[in-house]
Amino acid sequence: MANDQKKKLKLKVSAIKEGTVIDHIPAKSLFKVITILGLDKIENQITFGTNLESGKLGAKAIIKVSNKFFENDEINKIALIAPHAKLNIIRDYVVVEKKVVEIPKTILGIVKCFNPKCITNNEYVNTCFKVVNSEPIELKCRYCEKITIENQIRMV
Amino acid sequence: MKKDLISITDFSKEEYLKIMELAKEFEENPNQDLLKGKVVASLFFEPSTRTRLSFETAISRLGGRIVGFADPDSSSATKGETLHDTIKMVSNYADIIVMRHPLEGAARYAAEVSDVPVINAGDGANQHPTQTLLDLYSILKTQGRLDNLNIFMVGDLKYGRTVHSLLQAMSEFENPIFNFIAPSILQMPKAYKLHLEQKGMKYFEHELFTDIISEADIIYMTRVQKERFSDPIEYEKVKDVYILKNEMLENTKPNVRILHPLPRVNEISTDVDANDKAYYFTQALNGIYTRQAIISHIMNLK
Repeated sequence: MANDQKKKLKLKVSAIKEGTVIDHIPAKSLFKVITILGLDKIENQITFGTNLESGKLGAKAIIKVSNKFFENDEINKIALIAPHAKLNIIRDYVVVEKKVVEIPKTILGIVKCFNPKCITNNEYVNTCFKVVNSEPIELKCRYCEKITIENQIRMV
Repeated sequence: MKKDLISITDFSKEEYLKIMELAKEFEENPNQDLLKGKVVASLFFEPSTRTRLSFETAISRLGGRIVGFADPDSSSATKGETLHDTIKMVSNYADIIVMRHPLEGAARYAAEVSDVPVINAGDGANQHPTQTLLDLYSILKTQGRLDNLNIFMVGDLKYGRTVHSLLQAMSEFENPIFNFIAPSILQMPKAYKLHLEQKGMKYFEHELFTDIISEADIIYMTRVQKERFSDPIEYEKVKDVYILKNEMLENTKPNVRILHPLPRVNEISTDVDANDKAYYFTQALNGIYTRQAIISHIMNLK
């Protein structure tokens, strides 16, 4: 069954020769992932599929980026909105490495503090959060010291 | 590296104890010219007469000079200058900055921008660490110890930053017992209770303000504010419940002391003032010595 599903997926989104496949992105987070990774600003060939069936996530999305290999720091930025994302590193059509994302200890400048009275929402200050819990996600603002929880997370 | 005091958790237990020792020295000998030739910036982006006068008295007794403003209307902030630019400029002028700001996290940000030490004199509902240290000093002075104390906190425990910080500071000491007396919608937030649980410390929650206070070593009063209630009927129900009256102190322990961060409105009846157990005005005076101690510690003068 799993193999069948994989085959179907391959039919829907074409394979790449060299690059990275980011799989298991919640469908609703696809465009945020694209923004966070800056994929809307690069010239590489990118294909993506969304609202694909996934037992675990309901509807998932997948992104294939040709000739792009992410640093861990870079890819971990998406952990907040796609905590179960998996990366396949492709060389000459073959998966040579698999990676999972990890939630970093600190989150710099990606998330907005939910507290409207926080200085970061009133003056140009880069946000900074300490991850105090990862399941569910709880972020403590370095400035106002308030906790932003998973369903309050908004991107800068 | 420069030292700042932004949040009560910036200081270790050892630093709390050092501040206590220094405060005692300043109480015995308040006029010491340790800040002679130094300029202290006192920036109040929000008016707070009590805190400002306390700091400025502490600075004056240390022989320092003060520059700054007492309310935002007379500062460049009204012209639209950013906090960043104001702090950048002032940190070039002064040797240390004391600041109060209505926005939460403003003090931490200022400390990052400034090359000189910053003391947080209150940033919105977030932190007011010098208040906590003067509370600690008042507790130590009246009880002779900071371990094994039964602390009652009364009133608005949900939004009251003073009780949150005091809880954090007291949890650094041995075996405190906390009793929280508040209307159900203004009880101590979960995060602080969790903090105590993780440290294996005891706490009890009560809605009624009754003779359970006979167990107390410290009764820390705060104000239940009308603005906190979305339903005015709810406020009417509880507004007279959390008022301390003199007769309630009859069966309390002889060593118990009543603390309050002030200003008081009606949550402590004026008939309590004459009771030897009332300590809030002396507590405010202790603020001068504690702030002298904090400034001296941060500037490595002692």
